[in-house]
Amino acid sequence: MDGAAVPLGDTAPDTTREVVIRVRDLVNQFGKQVVHDHLDLDVYRGEVLGIVGGSGTGKSVLLRTIVGLNRPKEGSIEVLGVDVLNGPEAERLQVERRWGVAFQDGALFSSLTVLQNVMAPMREHLKLPRAMMKALAEVKIGLAGLPPNAADKYPSELSGGMRKRAALARALALDPEILFLDEPTAGLDPIGAAAYDELIRGLQRALGLTVFMVTHDLDSLYAICDRIAVLAEKRVLVTGPIEDMTSVDHPWVKEYFTGPRARAAQAKKKS
Amino acid sequence: MVTMMMASITLDGDTDPVVLRVTGRLLTVALGAVERAMPSVPSGTKTLKIDLSDVEAMDTGGAWLLADLGRKLEAEGCTVEITGATETQQALLKTVTDAIPDEELVEAPARGLIPFLDRFGRRTVGTGEDIVSLLGFFGLILVRLVGVLVRPWRLRAAALFTHMEETGLKAVPIVVLMGFMIGVVLAFQGAAQLSQFGAEVYVVDLIAYSVLRELGILLTAIIVAGRSGSAFTASVGSMKLQQEIDAMETLGLDPIEVLVVPRVLALLIMLPVLGFIANIAGLVGGALMSWMDLGVSPGLFVARLYEDIDGWQVGIGMIKAPFFALVIGTIALWQAMQVEGSSVSVGQRTTASVVQSISIVIALDAVFSIFFSIMDL
Repeated sequence: MDGAAVPLGDTAPDTTREVVIRVRDLVNQFGKQVVHDHLDLDVYRGEVLGIVGGSGTGKSVLLRTIVGLNRPKEGSIEVLGVDVLNGPEAERLQVERRWGVAFQDGALFSSLTVLQNVMAPMREHLKLPRAMMKALAEVKIGLAGLPPNAADKYPSELSGGMRKRAALARALALDPEILFLDEPTAGLDPIGAAAYDELIRGLQRALGLTVFMVTHDLDSLYAICDRIAVLAEKRVLVTGPIEDMTSVDHPWVKEYFTGPRARAAQAKKKS
Repeated sequence: MVTMMMASITLDGDTDPVVLRVTGRLLTVALGAVERAMPSVPSGTKTLKIDLSDVEAMDTGGAWLLADLGRKLEAEGCTVEITGATETQQALLKTVTDAIPDEELVEAPARGLIPFLDRFGRRTVGTGEDIVSLLGFFGLILVRLVGVLVRPWRLRAAALFTHMEETGLKAVPIVVLMGFMIGVVLAFQGAAQLSQFGAEVYVVDLIAYSVLRELGILLTAIIVAGRSGSAFTASVGSMKLQQEIDAMETLGLDPIEVLVVPRVLALLIMLPVLGFIANIAGLVGGALMSWMDLGVSPGLFVARLYEDIDGWQVGIGMIKAPFFALVIGTIALWQAMQVEGSSVSVGQRTTASVVQSISIVIALDAVFSIFFSIMDL
């Protein structure tokens, strides 16, 4: 390791910023296969954090664990100051209303229209007049960049890109503070992906969101991520802004951030 | 924790311009109450100032409330000015204003006579098209079946045996149970009636005729339609949804030959077998009940069977089995091929598959009965 290299491991916690997600000593194990081995991660308020890593390094598992879809073997997870693994039920339910999750293929309810999908969490958690809920849902659909006539359509009538936007609209339904995105640009054409990146960036600024994004898309990493966390060797190998990544002395990270596609993405960002 | 402290909106109407002052936390959670308590801006107001300097927090819901108000007032010719907003609040307001759709969505479905007639006509035409498509599919299956019989090496033997096991072997317990119970019920009911005339021994004929000619095979077909027909529609329908059938075609595999022929052939082979098993079980159940209830010994039961029933009675029942099998297989797989869109469609098509195949099997059975009675069989 040369002198200029960024030290491996999650860089020393920045005490000046508010931590909204704090993961400590996380161990995930399926059968004999250990996915995460004492993983630590901090996510700060108002940042866009990109999670990268090779296939099978447990990026999606990490996301699922934080939002409570997967129970870890060991470790602690605090979201917005609440222990989401062992905290009191009522507090955990409160915190669940303060995040939104957009799954990779949308995971929209197929028997409901887009408008009904967006209204579903509102009906469950908010006591608002129906007309107001509908108007708010239409605003969320607009925020996600969908045309108004998409509201009446069923998920099966939408293209892949529109489904992702509809999922984003549903994730925004309760005005979350944290937005979890699983592979938001996977399967989109480059123009659509760039537009989606812009959308996330714009929303993040306007709504003051903290975005936790699992992605493979180097363009997204360059365009919108404030910080990147690299998963490798069953933990968070390194975190930091993308500029630091090229000087990390680890074969996978080096190949990922200095390969031909990374250089192309970097050039695109600069131009 | 969500603070339940609600925002309050006050109107200062004496000043010019009129000032709407918003204080507190303007959040979606309490938006309904805030809107109800919101003072109405007097009509004819030329300029309205919305003062946000005392707003502690605002989310998209709150921003929508203000943006919506502004939009409505501006439509009436009022100028709305927002003051005291922080930079983030301004950005939020702008983003939300841009996201409000220009026109309200019209949700209500059309009502009245004309739309009703329109739907009626469309459904009638749709049903007609479905029948044509179903018959075409039936023809296609027959062609492929014959093709496989002519060139047996094209038959997917492994798939055939798997489906024979699934639709045949695994259905034996339920079919035996059903047949046995039918025999018991017939003996029981028959005994009650026949003993009034002292004609108990004719219970054998009653059971044998009804089980062998009609009930054994009909009820087996109904069970198979519910058990295997639904499974065919659901599994092949899911494949259709996952584009597996498209993939087969691009790979030069004929989905009819790969998916449909083994399933239909398995039904063609196994339904007669299951029907035969149901017949035997029905006779056993009937004999047992006759013995216990009427004292007709098994020996006498068998002797009466030999005397009164010829092989043709069994044949009349069994001859229907392949027809029922074709009906069940064709409808189940045709419905599977109609699956499109989402998983909801798989459920709807599966229901339709079972309902249609059972109805058509019963209708076909009635046609057979009339035919055999005209032919004096």
